[in-house]
Amino acid sequence: MGLKRRDFFKMAAVGSVTVLGSKSLAGEDGHGGDSSQALGVLVDAVVCIGCRKCEWACNNEHKLSTRTLAEFEDKSVFAKHRRPEDNAFTVINRFVDPKQPGKQLTLKVQCMHCNKPACVSACIVGALQKNKIGSVDYDAWKCIGCRYCMVACPFQIPAYEYHEALTPRVRKCTFCEQRLVEGKKPACVALCPNEALTFGTRQELLDVAKERIKLNPEKYFDHVYGETEIGGTSWMYLAPTDFVNTELPKLQTTAIPNLTETIQHGVFKSFVPPLALYGLLGLIMHSLREDNDEEEKHDERD
Amino acid sequence: MSVIETPTPVRARYFTQGTAIVAAIASLGIFAYFYRLIFGLGAATNLDNQYPWGIWIAIDVASGVALAAGGFTSAALADIFHKEEYHVIVRPALLTALLGYTFVVIGLLADLGRYYNVWHPMLPSMWQGNSVLFEVGMCVMVYLTVLYIEFLPIVAERFVGRVHLPGPFSIFNRIVDSWLRVCQQYLKRFISLFIIAGVVLSCLHQSSLGTLMVIAPTKMHPLWYTPISPLLFLLSAIAVGFPMVIFESILSSRSFKLAPETKVLSSIARYTPVLLGVYLAMKIGDLTLRNAWPYVLEGSLQSFMYIIELGVGVVTPMILLSMPRVRRSISGLFTAAAMVIGGVALNRINVFLIAYKPLYAEKTYFPSVYEIAVTLGLIATLVLVYRFIVMTFPVITAPHEVKQAERMGVAGVNLGMKRVK
Repeated sequence: MGLKRRDFFKMAAVGSVTVLGSKSLAGEDGHGGDSSQALGVLVDAVVCIGCRKCEWACNNEHKLSTRTLAEFEDKSVFAKHRRPEDNAFTVINRFVDPKQPGKQLTLKVQCMHCNKPACVSACIVGALQKNKIGSVDYDAWKCIGCRYCMVACPFQIPAYEYHEALTPRVRKCTFCEQRLVEGKKPACVALCPNEALTFGTRQELLDVAKERIKLNPEKYFDHVYGETEIGGTSWMYLAPTDFVNTELPKLQTTAIPNLTETIQHGVFKSFVPPLALYGLLGLIMHSLREDNDEEEKHDERD
Repeated sequence: MSVIETPTPVRARYFTQGTAIVAAIASLGIFAYFYRLIFGLGAATNLDNQYPWGIWIAIDVASGVALAAGGFTSAALADIFHKEEYHVIVRPALLTALLGYTFVVIGLLADLGRYYNVWHPMLPSMWQGNSVLFEVGMCVMVYLTVLYIEFLPIVAERFVGRVHLPGPFSIFNRIVDSWLRVCQQYLKRFISLFIIAGVVLSCLHQSSLGTLMVIAPTKMHPLWYTPISPLLFLLSAIAVGFPMVIFESILSSRSFKLAPETKVLSSIARYTPVLLGVYLAMKIGDLTLRNAWPYVLEGSLQSFMYIIELGVGVVTPMILLSMPRVRRSISGLFTAAAMVIGGVALNRINVFLIAYKPLYAEKTYFPSVYEIAVTLGLIATLVLVYRFIVMTFPVITAPHEVKQAERMGVAGVNLGMKRVK
């Protein structure tokens, strides 16, 4: 019996090392390497005129609805605050700058394609991945529909096809990944008439952004949103006002998954803590058993 | 040790007025469940892009897992720490855990958009070691298997030598019987390995459930947003284990008109004030270290819920159960146990719903009729299945009923078991 128990421990140890090996591999896949060379977009709210052509381009590219360009030119939608939905991966909202009450600003929102995305870390099956090219990609085939990504996203971006009874998907901006692979710009960037959207590597965009702030300090609020927020994002913003006056949340500089992953990997460090607990409990069980041996023998004789 | 107390199937009438009411709730729940499966989450729930998780996660899953903790705490007490006098509570607690987790999975399936993909986390190609949810899922799955393995000897005890399958299945009688005998003989030797595994797996996923919301720092109310959330979840799960056993034992003895196990129950209740005290100390220390005390008195719904959670769910039962007078009375035990259970369930609801403040919500989430029906229906169905199982398998030890049971021939089960030995 004692020997058998030892064998079991060995088996368990070998098993857990194998498990751990594959687990840590899966972990590394999720997060891209050097983010400065990943692609991104700079959204300049100073230049944006709120024409909503980006919304139409996105709708068209992803065949989200049959709405026509004319419908997208309707500005009355600004009366209501909107958020990206399962049939609208990007939306523009209009805000009043509290510092200059007469002045309005329009701001496009979509998935930020974070460098170390919370949704990717949260996803139970790895259906969300951060690609080297910069995009955070969703694989509906893997998805089990738990919607933990929606809980985790600090920008509240992923939307769910609640109306789909059988095959609901998580929907969000794809960064037009297919177009990027073909060497094209994302659909919204390509159509933006006022060059409010600039496409390039993350490093190039940061240079452009800082240059613009330097050249026109009176027009720009001195902050590139997304440079350091939650470890950096592929999509970044310039605006005439503090971002807390827009709908971009104030965020920490450390990546969101750092804390949960530290806790998680601490508890599972090479499977040592769980196995140690197992061993300890086994020891307690075994050592306390001695006292009851007599009774057990008595039982068996019956 | 002159009186040997052996668990026996409870002899009672299955259908009573009470069972009928529970069955009615269960059937409404089953209807709502299928409505959800056929017409989708949008039709059945009030969930939206701002509130992706509702009561199915907060109550059915998170509270369900916490309240099933009686299984591993009583296994640890009786089997690992060899407090043999508590063996009478192990089987009912094991059954509660087994059914609890089974219904957690059934409840989870309703919430999953693509429930048919629920097995995906098992595929190594989809393993995602960074995901807290992955760890919870894997642990729950393995633990559920361990629980069923732990229950097998009870099935064997009941049916070895008495396998009579209906109709054409009777040709399998001998195969099933010999398989049960194998289970009985060999499983008995290895059962301790599974018992320890059950305790370790429980500690792992009970705590990891607490890590889930740590990924949403900007959406969580500061009263519940803490990096030691996993520790708090584990401690509260351990603390609610025995109150759950007490609550359920008193309920079932009342329902089956058996004498309650007052001695054992008041004895395990001694641990509860200590366990609650440790939990409370951690909660208070956490609030102090994070300078979160002002939020307790901010007058919001969150602060109100926090005060109820700790005041009614932790402090009051802790004081009550530290009084021997309360521990000796069945109504005292029942009230205090119910408070602890309510407190831990409320804590889970608070963490997953009340503390969750989406960034751009226009209206607050409130569960739909279907969501409430499914949640109540699952609890009702669990009660019905529990009643069926304790009437079929030797789970409950009822010393005062032994004589009557012998007359009715149930004691034959024990004789059968001894023959095999």
